[in-house]
Amino acid sequence: MSDLPLIQADRAVPPPAATTSTGGRRRRLRLLSRTDRVVITLMVLVPLLLVTGFVWLPAVATVLLSGTNWDGIGPLNEIEFVGARNYSDVVNIYPPFVPAIQHNLLWLAALFVVATPFGMFLAVLLDKEIRGSRFYQTALYLPVVLSLALIGFVWQLLYSRDQGLINAVFGSNIDWYGDSNVNIWAVMVASGWRHVGYIMLLYLAGLKGVDPSLREAAAVDGASESRAFFRVVFPVLRPINIIVLVVTVIESLRAFDLVWVVNKGRNGLELISALVTQNVVGEASRIGFGSALATIMLVVSLVFITIYLATVMRENRE
Amino acid sequence: MSTATIARRTEGEPHAPQRRRKLTPLRLLLHGFLIVVSLAWLFPIAWAVLTSLRSYDYTAANGYVSFGGWTLDNYVTAWRTAEFGQHFLNSVYITVPAVLLTLFLASCVAFVIARFSWKLNIVLLGVFTAANLLPQQALLIPLFRLFTEVPLPEFMSDSELLYDSYWGLILVNVAFQCGFCVFVLSNYMKALPRDLYEAAMVDGASIWRQYWQVTMPLCRPALAALATLEVTWIYNEFFWATVLMRTGDKFPVTSSLNNLRGEFFTDNNLVSAGSVLVAIPTLVIFFILQRHFVRGLTLGASKG
Repeated sequence: MSDLPLIQADRAVPPPAATTSTGGRRRRLRLLSRTDRVVITLMVLVPLLLVTGFVWLPAVATVLLSGTNWDGIGPLNEIEFVGARNYSDVVNIYPPFVPAIQHNLLWLAALFVVATPFGMFLAVLLDKEIRGSRFYQTALYLPVVLSLALIGFVWQLLYSRDQGLINAVFGSNIDWYGDSNVNIWAVMVASGWRHVGYIMLLYLAGLKGVDPSLREAAAVDGASESRAFFRVVFPVLRPINIIVLVVTVIESLRAFDLVWVVNKGRNGLELISALVTQNVVGEASRIGFGSALATIMLVVSLVFITIYLATVMRENRE
Repeated sequence: MSTATIARRTEGEPHAPQRRRKLTPLRLLLHGFLIVVSLAWLFPIAWAVLTSLRSYDYTAANGYVSFGGWTLDNYVTAWRTAEFGQHFLNSVYITVPAVLLTLFLASCVAFVIARFSWKLNIVLLGVFTAANLLPQQALLIPLFRLFTEVPLPEFMSDSELLYDSYWGLILVNVAFQCGFCVFVLSNYMKALPRDLYEAAMVDGASIWRQYWQVTMPLCRPALAALATLEVTWIYNEFFWATVLMRTGDKFPVTSSLNNLRGEFFTDNNLVSAGSVLVAIPTLVIFFILQRHFVRGLTLGASKG
C-alpha cells in the first residue's frame, strides 16, 4: 500500500495545458477510488509474489547456499559458511567441471558460428518473396514446435548404432549417442537443427520491419546485394541481432533436455546444467557444491539478460 | 547447367509463372538450394513417421533401408505399454490451468504497466522479463528443497507435498512463463489508443472494468498468439517435470518419454511411434494455428 502514491492516472485524462505540476497529478490520482487502488495493488502484487517466490528468492538462495557446506538434510541452523571453498572444489577437484565448461562453450560456438548465421542466411533468402516461400518456411521452423527431449528421441532413429539410418547407409559402426568422443557433436547437430528455424523466424520478422526505401537507396547507389545487406540492412537490425545473441547464449547455457534424455549428461555429454541437476536429484546431494555450479550459470546469464533488457527497454522508449 | 535445365522443365513450367519474375539461373539455384535444405530439415521427422509405420521384424530382417513391412501395430503397442492415455491427461491437467493462469496474471501486470506511468514500471517489467530468461537449473536447489517442505492437504496431492504434485508444476510453469507474456502484452497494450480509457473514465468504469471489458477484448489477437505458444511450451516442458515429479504415473507426456525409453530401448520402431504420438498435439496446434504460433514467437522480438 505504501507505494500507491507513485501510481497516477497517466495521459488517460489529459492534463490541462499548464498544470503538469505535482498538484495536477495529485488531483488525477484522486480520480481512482479506494477499490480501484486495491484492485491495482492486487493485480501487481499476486503475480509479483509468485515470480519472486519461485524465481528470484530461489536465485538469491542459490547464491547464498553456494557459500555453505549444507548437505541438504540437516536443519538450517547447522549451516556453516565455508567461503569460496565450494568454488575452489568445483574448479580443482571435480573432474566433470572442465569438460562441462568446454562443452558449454562448444555448444555456444556451434550455435553462434554455424546455426545462427545459417538461420540468418535462410531468412535473407526467404525475405525475397519467392514462390513456395511458405513451404520452405514451414519446413524450416517445424522443429521449433517439438520439445528438445523429443528431438533427442527423433534423432536417435538416425544415430542408433544397430538400428540407426546413418550407420545403415554408410556402413559405419559408430554409436553416435554412446561414444564419448562423438556424442557431443551428435547432440549439437540435433540442437542446431532446431535453433536454425528459430533464428530464421526472428530474422524474418526483423527483415519485414526494415524500411524498403533504405534498400532502394542502396540499390540506386549501385551497392551489390551482399554489400547492401551488410552495410545497410544489418546495422538497422541491431535490436534483433542483440536479441538473437542473447537467445543463443541463453539457449546454450540452458541446454539440458537433449543431453539428459541421451545419458543424463554423463560420458561425454557433461554440461553445467546437467551437473547441477546430478548434484541435487542424483545419489549424492551436495547442496553447497551444486549451488556453486548454479551460481556460475546465474552470473553468466545475468550479464546477458542485462544486455537484453537494456536493448529492449531502449527500443520501447523510442 | 544441365541440372538447371532439368530443374526448369520439372519445376518451372507447370506453374505458369507469367505474373512472376523470370526464372533466371540464379533463381533456379536459389530454389534448388531451398528445396534441398527444406527436405533435409523435414527428413528426421519424416523418417520417424516412416519408421513408426513399419514392423520391427521386417526392418530387423531387411534393414531400415528397405521397403515394406507396413503396419500400425507399433502405435497400438506403444499406446498400451506406455499408458499414453494417462500421460496425455497429466499434460492436460498441467498445461491448461498453467496457460490460463499465466495469461490472466501476466495480463493484469501488463495492464497496470501499460495503463499507468508508475515510477517503478520499468523495474517491474525487468523483474518479470528477466525471470523468464534465467536458467532453470540455477534455481533448482532451493526450489527442490522448498517443494519438499511445503505441505499440501491430501485431497490436493497424494504426496501431501508440493513436490510430486500437479499444483507444484503448474505454479512453477506459471512463475516462469509470466515474464514473457508480461513483456509482450504490456507492449501490445501500450499501443492501444488512450482515448478508450478517457471514455471509460467519463462513463465511470472502474479499473477492473477497464481491464476486463475494455482492454482484454482488444488484446484478443495477442492473447491468442501467446496462448498457442504457451501451450506448446508448457506441454514441451521437460526439466521441471523431470526433477519435481517422482511418481511415474503422474509425469506429463513429454517427460514420461524418458521413463518409457527403457521399455522401448531395443525397438526403434516403437520409439518412433511413441515420439510421433507425443509430437501429434503440438503438430496439430502448429498446423491449425500456424499464424498465431509464428506471430507469438516474433511478438517478443519486434514491435510490429
